[in-house]
Amino acid sequence: MAVEQTDAQLVSRCRAGDPDAWNEFVERFSRYVYAICGRGFRLSQQDAEDVFQEVFARAFERLSELRSDDAVRPWLAQLTRRLCIDRLRLLARDTPSDAEPDEREVDDVLAQLDDAMAVRAALDKVGDPCREILDRFFCRDESYRTIGDMLEIPAGTIASRISRCLDKVRSELDGRSRASRPS
Amino acid sequence: MNGFDEEQIGRLLRLLPPAPTGWVRAAQELPAARAALDELVARAEQDAAFRLQLRADLERAVAAAGYEPSPFIVSRLRRLLEAV
Repeated sequence: MAVEQTDAQLVSRCRAGDPDAWNEFVERFSRYVYAICGRGFRLSQQDAEDVFQEVFARAFERLSELRSDDAVRPWLAQLTRRLCIDRLRLLARDTPSDAEPDEREVDDVLAQLDDAMAVRAALDKVGDPCREILDRFFCRDESYRTIGDMLEIPAGTIASRISRCLDKVRSELDGRSRASRPS
Repeated sequence: MNGFDEEQIGRLLRLLPPAPTGWVRAAQELPAARAALDELVARAEQDAAFRLQLRADLERAVAAAGYEPSPFIVSRLRRLLEAV
C-alpha cells in the first residue's frame, strides 16, 4: 500500500519550501477545485480555467495565512466558491441569464465532493494497480479494451479486477471509519 | 463517512475527473512564476524605461525581458502597475 500523507503534513511541507510539496499539493486538490467549478457552478471551460488558476495562485500566496493546516480543503472550497461566484456575477453583467446556482445545491455538490475526496484518499492508500484501473475506468471513462491495452492486461479480466479493487477501497474506507470511531 | 457500497464508490469516483493536464502544470509552475514576478517587479522599480514598456504593452515587455508572460505574471503585474 502507498504511504499516505495527511493534508496537514503536505501543507507543512509547502510552507517549509519543499520543492516537491507544491506539485503534490496541486496534484491532490486539482480534481477537487476543477469539480467545484464544473459541477458546483457549471462554469464554461474557459471560465473554469481562469478560476482554477486564480484559486491556486491565491492558495500559493496565502498558504501561510491558513490558521489550521488540517483545514486546507474547506479553505480551498471556500476560496473556489467565492471566485466562482465573482466570475458568475461578472458574466451576469454582460449576460443576465448567467444566474448564480442555488446555495443549497452548491452545498449538496460540495458535500458529495467531500465524500468523493475521502474515497479518492482511500484509493490512494490502496495504491496501484487498483488506483490506475479504477481511475481509468471511472474518472477517465476509458473502455475495458483501452485499459487492457494501456496496462497490458487481458481486457476480459478488467471487470473482475475492477470489482476486486472496489472491494479493497470499500475495506479501506471501512477500516478508516472504524479507526475514527470512538471506542 | 462509512458504509459505501461498490456502486456508490464508483459513482463518487466519477465526480472527480482529472483537471486538464495543462491547467495542472501551470498551477505547479507558480513558484517559478512567483520568482520571475519578483525579479520583474524589482526591475520595474529601478528602471523607468522598463516601466514605460510594461505600461505600453505588458505581455510584450515581459516576453522581451526573457520571461513567459503567464496569466499569473500578467495579472499580478497589471494589478501592481494600476496601484502605482
